[in-house]
Amino acid sequence: MQSTPAVEVVGLVKRYGGKTAVDGLDLTVPRGTVTAVLGPNGAGKTTTVETCEGYRRPDGGSVRVLGLDPVTEGGALRPRIGVMLQNGGVYPGARAEEMLRHTAKLHRDPLDPAMLVERLGLGTCGRTPYRRLSGGQQQRLALAMAVVGRPELVFLDEPTAGLDPQARRATWDLVSELRADGVTAVLTTHFMDEAEHLADHVVIVDGGRAIASGTPTELCRGGAEGTLRFTGRPGLDLMSLLNALPADSAALEPTPGSYRIEGKVDPQLLATVTSWCAQHGVMPDRIAVERRTLEDVFLELTGKELRG
Amino acid sequence: MSATTGTDATTGVFTPAPGAAPLPRMIRAQAALETRMLLRNGEQLLLTVVIPTVLLVLFSAVPIVDVGGGKRVDFLAPGLLALAVMSTAFTGQAIATGFERRYGVLKRLAASPLPRWALMTAKTCSVLVTEVLQIALLAVIALAMGWSPHGDPAWVVVLLVLGTAAFSGLGLLMAGTLKAEATLAAANLVFLLLLVGGGVIVPLSRFPHAAREVLDLLPVSALSDGLRGVLQHGAGMPWGDLGVLAVWAVLGLGAAARWFRWE
Repeated sequence: MQSTPAVEVVGLVKRYGGKTAVDGLDLTVPRGTVTAVLGPNGAGKTTTVETCEGYRRPDGGSVRVLGLDPVTEGGALRPRIGVMLQNGGVYPGARAEEMLRHTAKLHRDPLDPAMLVERLGLGTCGRTPYRRLSGGQQQRLALAMAVVGRPELVFLDEPTAGLDPQARRATWDLVSELRADGVTAVLTTHFMDEAEHLADHVVIVDGGRAIASGTPTELCRGGAEGTLRFTGRPGLDLMSLLNALPADSAALEPTPGSYRIEGKVDPQLLATVTSWCAQHGVMPDRIAVERRTLEDVFLELTGKELRG
Repeated sequence: MSATTGTDATTGVFTPAPGAAPLPRMIRAQAALETRMLLRNGEQLLLTVVIPTVLLVLFSAVPIVDVGGGKRVDFLAPGLLALAVMSTAFTGQAIATGFERRYGVLKRLAASPLPRWALMTAKTCSVLVTEVLQIALLAVIALAMGWSPHGDPAWVVVLLVLGTAAFSGLGLLMAGTLKAEATLAAANLVFLLLLVGGGVIVPLSRFPHAAREVLDLLPVSALSDGLRGVLQHGAGMPWGDLGVLAVWAVLGLGAAARWFRWE
């Protein structure tokens, strides 16, 4: 495996007119990994990916993809990458399998289109022209077109937007298999669970900048390790509870009768809390251990929900 | 993390083996696809096949328009060949390319191994294949109606090729700068206007002198007049018409190259 990263973006700036879409973004994608670029609509995800694909010329910073400049060395780069656009990309009158076979013909050593048709459930599209396929069928065709040329690196822009759970699962399985076979994947998404399930590496983007990055585990570990919630009668003595807990813990009563303990949530902590409750004659109702999710991390970092 | 989504065992199916297909294979595949898309589209067929054929048969059989001396089909066949070229290279290409741009087809192809020049070459091949089919059909019908063409076929080919270049430039300019719906409307309107005022079925001598001065400079007028000179009158190379077409070709293709927007 070569040592240069598959994608190396440093300080990328991209403006449209007076509006800055990407504002000093850094992104490094190691080869053979799945990287999820996670962020709300308008965060600059698509602009970043499309700059890597050679569609846009950066206004600042540098972009190298497989060691090449996507704008000036696009001719050498394009045969090596697979691209799934957010929508469209197919002749309105073309049939799914026809378009996939055509895309295969543009490559030297393509996959068998019939295999992809089968894998992604495109067989039912039959002779229906692209413009009359469902949104999910159009998405799956775009995914198939991105991988049929056996690329080293695929860019998937919102690959599961608008898919039903079954098609979404088929897409996830395909991405996992790509990774297992040594294909590097960069995907944008605003689904937390997608990033958590698929990605080796998550980059959280907001306002045109990468505001956090790491493995999903690393990102979720930052700050509090976890949360323990329970309900009981209102107005418990939090100071007394806190004295019983390890030093770096926090005890809160966000709403009356609802308690939250933050800290290193482990069996010992759980035992401490329940024994404190027993000593104080409190029945800890609905006791639950929660890990931080990417959703929590995102909320903490940006102060906004990823998606309503 | 991906262990939750299925197998991590390598199957080798997707092991990278990237690379572009050889250029001739890519261009052949692209031209074949573009031609299939065109022949599958009902509106396009109406424009490129049905309308020229109906006009040829109708106006040859029935004396609706006074076309001067001689057999009507001898006047009409060259005009309708010019119309066929315009319908494919200009109207059809403008509409199809406009919608390809709208549907992101051009954008997606720009990320494929197919270079832009190769895409344009394939589009040109597709236009030429369609024109050959149109011309064969119109010629057979015209001959069946008593058409007796004259002149040097080489000049006819030169005129058709230069006409195709002129109309392609204008069609691509329209497709690459306007919205798809605007292109659809404008290309059909221009088709209709040029059908009436471009010497296709109505001789330009029927128009007032001042109007004629301008109409003579239209690409479809130059193409139909040039084809008529050779095919109806057995004339040599119509240099004036060729010059008009060459100017349109240079202007149209130049402007398209300069202003065409891919997305």
